[in-house]
Amino acid sequence: MNLETILFFIFGLIAAISSILMITRNNAVIAALYLILNFASLAGLYLILNAQFIAVAQVIVYAGAIMVLFLFVIMLLRPENEKKFLESNPKVKIFAFIIAGFVFLQLVYIIFFSRAFNLPFNNQASVEAGKIESIGYLLFKEYVLPFEAAGFLLLAATIGALILAKKKID
Amino acid sequence: MTITIEYYLVLSAFMFLVGVAGVLTRRNAIIVFMCIELMLNSANLTLIAFSSFLGSSVGQLFVFFVMTVAAAEAAVGLAIIIAIFRNRLTVNLDDINILKW
Repeated sequence: MNLETILFFIFGLIAAISSILMITRNNAVIAALYLILNFASLAGLYLILNAQFIAVAQVIVYAGAIMVLFLFVIMLLRPENEKKFLESNPKVKIFAFIIAGFVFLQLVYIIFFSRAFNLPFNNQASVEAGKIESIGYLLFKEYVLPFEAAGFLLLAATIGALILAKKKID
Repeated sequence: MTITIEYYLVLSAFMFLVGVAGVLTRRNAIIVFMCIELMLNSANLTLIAFSSFLGSSVGQLFVFFVMTVAAAEAAVGLAIIIAIFRNRLTVNLDDINILKW
């Protein structure tokens, strides 16, 4: 048991448990807080995988900006709490969980028994891949058109959100 | 015992299916949105695991784009939810059925 293994199990358990807690809470604010915990533990997993830039972006963009937007809207609208989780439509919900569990078992079977991946972890190469230098080099050289498209998408989303949230559309 | 890529893939599959179950069972529009964010993040975990194990930056680049799309989606989606709430005073998906016939 080296440190990487221990950290993977700690962060992985936090991520898995907080995702389950997120979908079972009645109160939307508490669900959003569990989602933030999930994102933070994912950032820890990214650090184990030597993806420093994405880990920082995960904390700033997801756990910071997007979830603050969600919390802001939840507290602005204050939606009434749903009924207790299995009270309304228990059959539909149990059916959904059976479907999800079945697909999960299928995926686990495929991942572990197909023997498709035999990737050794190359620490030096992964550190090199996670550097902001190599990401920026790719971003501004080979993928500059998708980068511009992403910027245009953000502009369109800003205008769209403004128009949708305006009081009267004229 | 070393962590191979299968562990990351299984964790990611688990989080994705928790998100799917959340979308299917919850009726609060904002929580359904958060479940979609959870599914996007599990896809990100797969991309980063492969990028790290293969020693290539392209997977992390795509995570960057996924984050952009998620931010745009959250902004527009929450604006739509606010617009619906202003008209119907509810965000319960069972009550918002004007497009059903």
